[in-house]
Amino acid sequence: MAAVADATAPAATIREKISRPMVVAAILVVWLVLFAAFRGRQTLTLAAADLTGLHRRLNDVNDSIGANRNSNPVFLYFFNEIRLAIDNLVTFVQSVISQPAGGRPVPQIGWLGVVGLTGYVSWAVGNWRVALLAVAGFTFFGLQGLWQESMDTLALTLSAVLVALLIGIPLGVWAGLSDRFNRVMTPFLDFMQTMPTFVYLAPLTLIFLIGGASAVITTVIYAAPPAIRITAHAIRSVPETTVEAADSLGTTRTQQLVKVLLPMSKRTVVMGVNQTIMAALAMVTIAALIDAPGLGKTVVQALQSLDVGTAFNAGLAIVVMAIVLDRVTTAAAARTETRRDGRFLKWRRPLLGAGGVAALVLVYLSHTYVWAAEFPGDGTAGSHIASAADTATTWLQDHLSGLTNALRDVLTNGLLNPFQTLLTDSPWWLVGAVLVGLGAVLGGWRAGVTAAVCVGLLVATGLWSDSMTTLASTAVATALVMLVGVVFGVWMGRSTLVDRLIRPTLDAAQVMPPFVYLVPFLALFGATRFTAIVAAVVYAAPVAVKIIADGVRNVSAPTVEAATSAGCNTWQIITKVQLPMARGALTLATNQGLIYVLSMVVVGGLVGAGALGYDVVAGFSQGELYGKGLAAGLAIVLLGVMFDRITQAAARRTRA
Amino acid sequence: MAQHWRAGAAGLAVLGLTLTACGGAKVGDSGSAGSTSSGGKCGTFNLAVNPWVGYEADAAVVAYVAQHDLGCTVDKKDLKEEIAWQGFGTGEVDAVLENWGHDDLKKKYITGQKTAVEAGSTGNKGIIGWYVPPWLAKAHPDITNWQNLDKYAARFKTSESGGKGQLLDGDPSYVTNDAALVKNLKLDFKVVYAGSETALIQAFRTAEKNKQWLIGYFYEPQWFLSEVPLVKVDLPKYTTGCDADAAKVACDYPVYDLDKIVSANFAKSGSPAYDLVKNFHWTNDDQNTVAKYIAVDKLSDDAAAKKWVDANPDKVKAWLK
Repeated sequence: MAAVADATAPAATIREKISRPMVVAAILVVWLVLFAAFRGRQTLTLAAADLTGLHRRLNDVNDSIGANRNSNPVFLYFFNEIRLAIDNLVTFVQSVISQPAGGRPVPQIGWLGVVGLTGYVSWAVGNWRVALLAVAGFTFFGLQGLWQESMDTLALTLSAVLVALLIGIPLGVWAGLSDRFNRVMTPFLDFMQTMPTFVYLAPLTLIFLIGGASAVITTVIYAAPPAIRITAHAIRSVPETTVEAADSLGTTRTQQLVKVLLPMSKRTVVMGVNQTIMAALAMVTIAALIDAPGLGKTVVQALQSLDVGTAFNAGLAIVVMAIVLDRVTTAAAARTETRRDGRFLKWRRPLLGAGGVAALVLVYLSHTYVWAAEFPGDGTAGSHIASAADTATTWLQDHLSGLTNALRDVLTNGLLNPFQTLLTDSPWWLVGAVLVGLGAVLGGWRAGVTAAVCVGLLVATGLWSDSMTTLASTAVATALVMLVGVVFGVWMGRSTLVDRLIRPTLDAAQVMPPFVYLVPFLALFGATRFTAIVAAVVYAAPVAVKIIADGVRNVSAPTVEAATSAGCNTWQIITKVQLPMARGALTLATNQGLIYVLSMVVVGGLVGAGALGYDVVAGFSQGELYGKGLAAGLAIVLLGVMFDRITQAAARRTRA
Repeated sequence: MAQHWRAGAAGLAVLGLTLTACGGAKVGDSGSAGSTSSGGKCGTFNLAVNPWVGYEADAAVVAYVAQHDLGCTVDKKDLKEEIAWQGFGTGEVDAVLENWGHDDLKKKYITGQKTAVEAGSTGNKGIIGWYVPPWLAKAHPDITNWQNLDKYAARFKTSESGGKGQLLDGDPSYVTNDAALVKNLKLDFKVVYAGSETALIQAFRTAEKNKQWLIGYFYEPQWFLSEVPLVKVDLPKYTTGCDADAAKVACDYPVYDLDKIVSANFAKSGSPAYDLVKNFHWTNDDQNTVAKYIAVDKLSDDAAAKKWVDANPDKVKAWLK
């Protein structure tokens, strides 16, 4: 795309480079002037309970699905078969590790067997360090008093990941081999990742019924895209020379795929598995809303009585599970890369065999004896964790609420309210023109066209005003994410020690279900848009921090040394050398930060953000508002696609 | 290298130890007899549990009685209302125990698809309205009359309410006419959507503790009222039909007779669990007691139900007739 822009205007590039910030400034000035002139006109506002024709039509579609469920052949022969297959898979995995099965009061494999097997597999695919971590982590679930819940969550996650990979890897390979398929696939993947789950939860239970199948399919919809994307990326990154060499040896296409492309992209594909697992764990609490068993249910139920301690305990188990699975798959990816020496290989086999036998003995014991089947003790560690979390939140609420309220008021009145007024009180055509103009200036004409299409569709959803309210909060949240991202990213990028200390916290913030920290945030900031912004920052900042830290670390050491010897102080090195040279990472962090913030819009709707998030929540709760909720979900997708395309195009330009 | 040696040796050691030292009770030795003693006739009873503690209390007690007195296998399913009602048609749900009005769902599933039927009142009275924290009602007693609200509007201002007083609304699951009410009563307030019951409860809790000004939508029976007894504000009295046109509502919410809904098939099945659901009837105080056991005393559903059932054998006996 950048190449096209360069080819069409080689002479104009210099002029463009000088004037781009000025054009942006000019657009903003014109906006302000026209805002003053047209304030409050054609703002397309729609009250919370009002519907448009589109919303009603979407409702009718939903109703007709329900009415025809039992007669339509698509349901009888297609969806029902899928449901049965997945239901059987889930029930099978559950009977092995989590639910009583076959007349037994306990599952086939008890805690000792699961811990043993996990340790053995982690050691076999990774190394002994992650094996220790896995054993410790899984034992911790038992100590927390959450063994069965954890195993239910693990069973659902494993089933969902299996299905996601079965679908995702072939599709990913195809997308890696065919540009056209890749282009067709990308919008679908965007859609699957940014469409709020709440929107399709109710229809899914209508199609696949309440139970394991629906929970797994919900999770797969969200977790399969990373597998597809990363596999495609892996296939594409195999060096062309290698492929040509294989070509010249006269290999067929199948041989090429099986013997060259797949083995060479194995490491990246394992990273795709890792991302799929993480995405699947992010769905644990959402799936609990349609009766998926496990830790998510504990979290959701505890929050009905605002029991932060219990919710935190269960949330912590999810975090531990995520960290264990993350480290094991990362170690596995590293192993596929490093070749060990011959001496090692000689001993590895017998050791693996011995370990396998030991694991099987543990499995046998846990199948046979009660002490190895049911985790001993009554989870006192869990109640200690819960009461400690309770004490900590109470202390925070008592001592910090004055400070937090002041912070909220300053940021809300100083930044959020004026910006939101500018967006919602301007006529829609003015904001639309500004968005298209900014897209075109920052990202090129294609980004401009995308922005124009998205603006048009946003107006068509009938939720323009709500979209602008959400956009204002999203923009403020993204700005805060970048602020946090730069501060911590630079700090971590410059010091390995700091990196090692902070990284586990970032992992925890990313996988801790937002539902857990919503109650303390509500106590600190009240039911306001600002609470939603803070929740979004907690979730999105870790990604930005990690990307920026990575970018800063990748600035070549000689450059930094040269600057140091030239007499630059630390501040100058950061601002004049490291940050400018990590520009690519900064734009990527903005892009990812924004997408992550948008994925929290619905959670924001639960704590006072109103607008699109509330529309989605309301649509999930009230049948009459379903169509409006669906339209709001579409609006969120549109906002996501628009900003993704603009920032990506802008990133390509800064690199060019 | 050496580490793997060690790991292997450790594995072998564990193997050796376990083969020589294993013992203890075997799975299936005991206890299994108790768990499978179902009464045969009842079978599985699929009970939807909607996400609020009052409902959880209903479900806990009904499930306890069904299990212990009727020998049913109770399968509780945590679902939102709309999804639970969908389950009537697909056979995934047998009963919903506490329905708040929901005329839209009744129209769709009872008169439309005919997959659900009514199973009578629970005896609970659902009250919806505007509430203020107790400290506020004490400090300004006249605030409980809606006509005085405007006088205090400026005190209710927040960062969200755009210069007007804030009226905090909660979970979108429940019926609300608040936007229309504010408009039609010509109040200088703006409805702010908290978006969840959690947010609403936390807001009232903070307001009572820090003596903050807050007025919001709330309802009873609700376990939180036993922690902070919120005071209801009197709106113009409800008369039949005054809420017929949603846009022109200018009166209080009606008192809802909370009722039970079951799937049409379940009603015809002759299951003793159906008779239990149909006969289930108790008071707001009863529900609040069990809800308090669950939410405040943190008892498990089963323990809470047992405590109440043991204390109220007569009421339970009446349901089992």
